[in-house]
Amino acid sequence: MKTPLECRKDFDILKSGEYVYFDNAATSQRPRQVLEAVSEFYKTTNANPLRGLYDWSMGATERYEGARKTVAAFIGAKTPEEIIFTRNTTESINLVAYSYGLDNVKEGDEIVITVMEHHSNMLPWQMVAKKNKAKLIYLEPDEEGVISREEYTSKITDKTRIVAVGHVSNVMGVTNPVKEITEYAHSKGAIVVVDGAQSAPHMKVDVQDIGCDFFAFSGHKMLAPMGIGALYGRKELLENMQPFLTGGEMIEYVTREDATYAELPHKFEAGTVNAGDAVGLEAAIKYIEEIGFEAIEKQEQKLTALLMEGLAKLPYIKVYGSKDPNKHCGIVTFTMDGVHPHDLSSVLNDDKVCIRAGHHCAQPLMQFIGAGSTARASVYFYNTEEEVKIFLDKLSKVREVMGYGA
Amino acid sequence: MELKQLYREIVNEHNLHPVHKKAIESPDLVMRGVNPSCGDDITLSLKIADGVITDAGYEGSGCAISQASVDMMVDQIIGKNKEEAIKLAGTFMGMIKGEITDEESLEALDEAAALQDVAHMPARVKCAVLGWHTMQEMLEHPEACEK
Repeated sequence: MKTPLECRKDFDILKSGEYVYFDNAATSQRPRQVLEAVSEFYKTTNANPLRGLYDWSMGATERYEGARKTVAAFIGAKTPEEIIFTRNTTESINLVAYSYGLDNVKEGDEIVITVMEHHSNMLPWQMVAKKNKAKLIYLEPDEEGVISREEYTSKITDKTRIVAVGHVSNVMGVTNPVKEITEYAHSKGAIVVVDGAQSAPHMKVDVQDIGCDFFAFSGHKMLAPMGIGALYGRKELLENMQPFLTGGEMIEYVTREDATYAELPHKFEAGTVNAGDAVGLEAAIKYIEEIGFEAIEKQEQKLTALLMEGLAKLPYIKVYGSKDPNKHCGIVTFTMDGVHPHDLSSVLNDDKVCIRAGHHCAQPLMQFIGAGSTARASVYFYNTEEEVKIFLDKLSKVREVMGYGA
Repeated sequence: MELKQLYREIVNEHNLHPVHKKAIESPDLVMRGVNPSCGDDITLSLKIADGVITDAGYEGSGCAISQASVDMMVDQIIGKNKEEAIKLAGTFMGMIKGEITDEESLEALDEAAALQDVAHMPARVKCAVLGWHTMQEMLEHPEACEK
């Protein structure tokens, strides 16, 4: 087993130590092992997978389907056919919205999401609701970011067809009770879509334990290349859905007038697939498993605790979400009195500290918590206590730069 | 100019102690300018008599660069005629895009020329030009104004 800090040397971009990278919730860095796996694919067995009858193509197919098996095992899917490769979480959720939502939500039905959703798990449902004249219902959290049982049991009803909820909020860092919500939603006859973009990189996910019908996540937030993500879907549902995109590699027979579609999962993977990056995602999963989620969580919690402790000492900082650092999933969102988050982030960039500022693709949540925009520091296992100290030190000097007396 | 120096020497003064951040009496043109991605949100008001901007003011909120830039702009345009103000906006935006760099042209911008280095900060370009862009829109398309 590798310890999180031993891993740091695998990340070339972090090697010089010049930059403090605290925008991991937006995208992670990639270790050499992932980059090499992608490169090795192209160097040794690159060909269009799934169709060719020669060695390289069969090799590419084997690597691609091997990656699917690894992803299936990673999140607890029963079979690899339940894993559809996509570009990212956004595409995964759009696939469900277009191929399941539009066909199964009728006029007057309800779709339930939370006000904490990233736009990627909000706009597809706004689209379905508008198109099919359904109602979009929002679950609202309390001040600590928690969706109470009372909240979801009062809003998920017999009219609810789909419940779409983020596993971990990309702003509050709070983990939603997806298992309990799924159980309740199923009792009302609704299906459940879980946006796992912020959970899959940080905790052991088991879709059987959660019980959800769909689970979407991105590779790029968990060490894999940009442009590869996955959708888990229960086989019975996927089988009855229409394709999202049509074209090459997703058919059985095509005539001038008609076509029959390929079996799962290829029915949902039209066009030449991103096999190289799927191999990268497999390498990322193996890398994460070598460290283990227990060690990853421990390191993140240690850093988050240190971060929040330091922020609490600055009277002009307001932190959003839970007071318990263990309930932040490495994400700490905050504001600084009198300083706009964009100025804050720009000034920190001058000190080579990278944090996110803005609405974090969650504008309705910003409106809900009453902040136009916020700053967000987010850590991953390769970050260090030293980096937290640098961040806090530089942060404590920002107000002076912005013209407030020292 | 380095970013921190820019804040300390130019931006902070206008951001923390703006001269023109206020409503003006019976404006002729009013328009809201918003940068949705960062939340900069200003409402600019102009009073115009015989083609000359006789008074101007703004209200709203946003990052220091957006607020300071509009404060400096208002300072510049009061007393100018419409054509001069539109030309000035063109010069400012040209400067921020890095297309206008000669000192002679930039001189017309007076203090606002200090924001020249925002040209090297792509993430902040929208902040710096918000006020200028809004003013240009108002003068070129008065029919699109709220008032």
